[in-house]
Order: sequence, then C-alpha cells, then structure tokens
Amino acid sequence: MDALIAPLLNGSAQGALLLLAALGLSLTFGQMGVINMAHGEFLMIGAFAAYLVQQVITASNLSIPVALPVAFVVAGLFGLLLEVTIIQWMYRRPLDTLLVTVGVGLILQQAALQIFPSQGVPVEKPGWLDGQLNILGYEWPLRQLFTILLASVCVAALSAWLKYTSFGRRIRATVQNRDLAETSGISTRTIDRLTFFTGSGLAGVAGVAASLIGGTNSQMGAQYIIPAFLVVAAGGIGQLKGTIIAAWAVGVALSYFAYWTTGSLAQVLAFILVIVFLQLRPQGLFTVRTRSLA
Amino acid sequence: MTKPRTTGPKPWISLSGIGVFAVLLLAVAPLVLTDHWLNNLGKYCCWAIAAVGIGLAWGRGGMLVMGQGVFFALGAYSMAMHLTLETAGDRIPGFMVLYDPLAPLPMFWEPFRSAGFTLLAIVLLPVVMAGILGYALFKRRVKGAYFAILTQALAVALATLISSTIRETGGDTGLSDFKYFFGFVLNDPANKVMVFLIAAGLLIVCLLAVWQLYRSRFGELLVATRDAEERVRFLGYDPANVKLVAFVVSALMASIAGAMFVPIVGIITPAEIGAAASILMIAGVAFGGRASLFGPALGAMAVGWGQSSLGSTWPEGWTYILGLLFIVVILFLPNGLSSLPSRFPGRTRPKPDVPPTPAIAAAELEEVRA
Repeated sequence: MDALIAPLLNGSAQGALLLLAALGLSLTFGQMGVINMAHGEFLMIGAFAAYLVQQVITASNLSIPVALPVAFVVAGLFGLLLEVTIIQWMYRRPLDTLLVTVGVGLILQQAALQIFPSQGVPVEKPGWLDGQLNILGYEWPLRQLFTILLASVCVAALSAWLKYTSFGRRIRATVQNRDLAETSGISTRTIDRLTFFTGSGLAGVAGVAASLIGGTNSQMGAQYIIPAFLVVAAGGIGQLKGTIIAAWAVGVALSYFAYWTTGSLAQVLAFILVIVFLQLRPQGLFTVRTRSLA
Repeated sequence: MTKPRTTGPKPWISLSGIGVFAVLLLAVAPLVLTDHWLNNLGKYCCWAIAAVGIGLAWGRGGMLVMGQGVFFALGAYSMAMHLTLETAGDRIPGFMVLYDPLAPLPMFWEPFRSAGFTLLAIVLLPVVMAGILGYALFKRRVKGAYFAILTQALAVALATLISSTIRETGGDTGLSDFKYFFGFVLNDPANKVMVFLIAAGLLIVCLLAVWQLYRSRFGELLVATRDAEERVRFLGYDPANVKLVAFVVSALMASIAGAMFVPIVGIITPAEIGAAASILMIAGVAFGGRASLFGPALGAMAVGWGQSSLGSTWPEGWTYILGLLFIVVILFLPNGLSSLPSRFPGRTRPKPDVPPTPAIAAAELEEVRA
C-alpha cells in the first residue's frame, strides 16, 4: 500500500508546485503569446525573498506567512520591470521574446550566484510544518500538504479574481479577442502589465513553497521552467482547469516514474508522455474555441 | 509581403566567399597558427557546423531548435564510444572497471567496436531520431514556442540521463583519454592537423550544402513556410514535410559536429550537450545572423572563442556578456551582425518604426492572432 500511496501523495505535492509555477506562464502565454524563460528565475527570486524575510523576522513560524506576500510583490515587480524595459517592444516577435528572456534568466542567475553564497542559503521551515500526517500507513510530511493548500488558495483567488472583478473581465476579454477588447475601450497595455505582474508574482509564491521543499540556490529556477512549460503545453492555454489537471498529472506521473525507475529516467519518460499526449491533443487538454486555422 | 533575400544578388559572390573561407581555414590556418590555437579553431569549427544547421532550421525554417545538444550528443557519444573501445583494445574501458570490475561491456557498446558501424551511426542516429520527433510534432502542427521548449526539454532529459548512467556512459565525468583515432595516434601533431583539416573540410561542405539548399526550390519553400505556413498549405504543399527535411538536415549537421568535437577536444561530458550548451549554440547563430549564409558559422566561432577564452578566465563576466548578447542582439539586431551593412545609409534602410525584418514579424504576428 505504501508503494502506491507514497508516490501519489508526493506527486500531488510536486504537481501543486508545478501548478504554481505554471499558472504565471500560462497567463502570460495565453494572453500575450509571450514565453518568459526568466520565469524560473522569478521563482528563484521568490525563494531568496523568503530567505531575506527570515533575516529580518527571525521567528520562522511568523516569517513564512509574511514571506508569501513579500515574494509575490518582489517577483511581480521584477516581472513588471522586465515587461516595461524589454518585452513591450517585442510583442510582434513572440519567438524572439523567448530568447531575450533566456538572456535575462542567465543574468539573474549569475547575479544571484554572486550576491548569495554559491552553495545556496537555508530557508528555515516553520515549526508547524514539521509534523507528518499518517495516511493509510504513509507518514506524509505536512509541508507537502501545505504546498497543495497554498496552490489551491492561489488558484481559487486567481479564478475568483478573473471571474468577478472588473480587471479579471478585462483580462479575459483581452485573451479572447485583443482587437475587440481594445475597440471596446480596454487599455490592453495596462492589462498586459497587470497580467505580467500577477504571473511573475505567482512564480514568487511558488518560490517560497519550493524553498521549503528543496534547496534555495541560483540554479533552482532552471529546474522548474521546463516541467512548468510542459504543463502549460499539455494543459492548453487560456483556461485554468487544463493547467490544473495537467500539473497534477505531470507531477504524479513524474513521481511514479521516479519510484519505479530512477529520477533521471522519469524525466525522459515524462517528456515522451507529453509528446505522445500532444499527438492526441495538439492544442492541449482544453482550448478556447477559435475560428483560426492553426 | 516582401520576400527576404534568399540568395545574394549573384550566386558567385557567395560561392567565392566560401572559397576564401576554405583557403583561410584549410591552407592558411595550419601554416600560421600554433598547435594550441589550431586545436581551438578546430573546436570552433565544430560549433560552426552545428550553427550552420541551426541557421537552416531556425533562420530559414523558423523552427527555433533549442535542443541541438541532443543530436550533437548522438554524434559525439557514438564517436567517443568507438575511440574509447579502440583505446581499450580487448579490455573493458577503464572507467567501467572502476565501478564494477566484473560486469561485461553494456550491450549497446558492442557494435561501436566497428569503425564502419560508428560512422553509420553518426549519420543515421540523428536522422532517424530527428525524423521520428519531427514527424510526430510537425504533422500535428506543433510549432513556435511549443516546439522550442519541447526540443530543449529533450536536451535536458538526455543530459540528465547521461549524468545518471555512470557505469554505461561515464556520467558527469564523461568519456575522455582517447589515444587512437581510427588507427592514428591522436597525440601526434601531424595527426592533430589532419583531424583539424577534416573538421574544417566538413564545415566547408556543410556551407556548400546549405548554399545549394538556399538557392533551390526547397530553400524558397522553406522560407515561404517560415513566413506564411498557411499559404504554403493552401498552395498544395505540406509544410510538415518541408520543415521535417530542414530539421533532419540540421540534426545531421549537429551530429557531425559532435563527432568531430570528440577527437579535437578529447573529452565529452553531459555539460557539452545540455540546455546551456544548446543555448550557447543558438547564441552564436543569433549573433552572426540567423538567416544569412555565413552569419551562423562566423557567429558561432566568435561565441566559441568567447566561451573558451573569457569563459575560463572571467566566468562571471562571460555569463553577463552572454546574457546581454541575447538581449541586445535579439532586441535591436534580429538579423544579427550580417544585417549591419544594409543598415548603413545609401542602401535601403528600413523605417525606424518598422522592425528590420517585416516578413518575419508579420508572419509571427499572424501566428499570435491565429
């Protein structure tokens, strides 16, 4: 029983982390056609923000709840800066945006390597995350449950925000038909910036969660960006539910593969799985129906 | 829609350019350069071969191949396995004995004892793999950023796989200490010159091949597919086939590059083929000019020089330079250094508010809208 339950629970937590990382990517890709390869580095910024908050508020029980909004704002501001300085000039060349943000990612990684100790920094786990939860005989670490709860809260907040607020309505209008939205008096430029801020901020929140599970170092972003994008590709763009299901599926699949084989073979298998899946549904799980050709 | 220059105004200009390049590499360089620099130049030639392939797939075909390290690895590890076995003779290769002295040679190593099989593998492995991957993706119309990230994911996966199979592939330390190259002693300076000449010669051959491709109907079809895939489809062609051919040829070039990299550099590790290495290959192509004939090769040589000189003496600075290179070149000079001459006054200068490559930009805009 343990062999079946453990990968499922671990994989769900990994999927929740992937979901947090993929939400922002999916938002910006769906709305602007922009792939931000520095997204992983925004996640890293969130994790380092958590570390810095702990230097100010030393009680780790309190510092993590404080770090979450701080990481959101800090990573979001970095995203906003990127949008204003570089990306806004490149909306006509989405594939080139990918390369430019690769460059930004390289610079951010190197900067983190020089500012912080190269072996990484420790982020203290709060005491209330230390325990385990016994599920059918498996001692499930509470911090994994915390990741899932955090992802759920973020998704709920995001979907409520998209559905009920005026900003959310404008974002959805821009995603569905940019020209018509603009004609209706929506400032798509402002909306783009807001989306970029939110997406990058979510990466920051993901970074705090990642810092509680793995190490915090300059390379941590690079390991999340590819799986997160596979999630976006498999989930289809423009809708949250596809991203949610795909993130969970990829996380659990990775976890089971790693359990049966090795961690590295699991990555290869997950990659093949996504390729095969794209054969069946090239547009991903769910798509907004359009009348376009491709 | 304006058609970008597919060939120079007169074909003999490009051809004589290749001629000059060939004389410089094959005749002048071995006479002028010291052994050390000739070896370095050989390494840059390998990166340039891979870059020519990327120029074909990305510059002309619009497929951003971010995982050429995979095909580079197929060629490099095929060659390295053969050279390792040649050096080891009848015994089990040294690094394998370290981990488990009694275990036999892994099954997939056995055929690489044969020189003929190795050469065949260097050509066929990338063709088959790129063929299957490309067919699966292009037929389902997977393109743009999806295609780019999937290729990069493959590079990450392969590098991780190699890192973790220490007994079979040498893991992170890779394969090294080759003594013989198809019967020739690698330490001999004369043989080193020969290996360099093979690499440089292959680069010239690849340049000639893409020069011919760019002039052919296929070259025009490839550019047409890049700029307006739907129109090509409506004209009765299958864009998937066009892209597939370009992708397979570029994979083959990457594999050849990898195969020559091994005897020249003397070591192959997962670090040379992973995501970072694949991105480095892109950097050279972007810098030189993705759609031009010479741009990718010269750009790759320049970036290769930066990587091996600055990258070792001043690694922090080199990473910043590389990052800035991506940002500045892509933002301000999407067609790389090769587009500089046409930006000077006197020639046709693009209007400031229009991107320098209206064709590419318009096509991609359509893609976003679609």
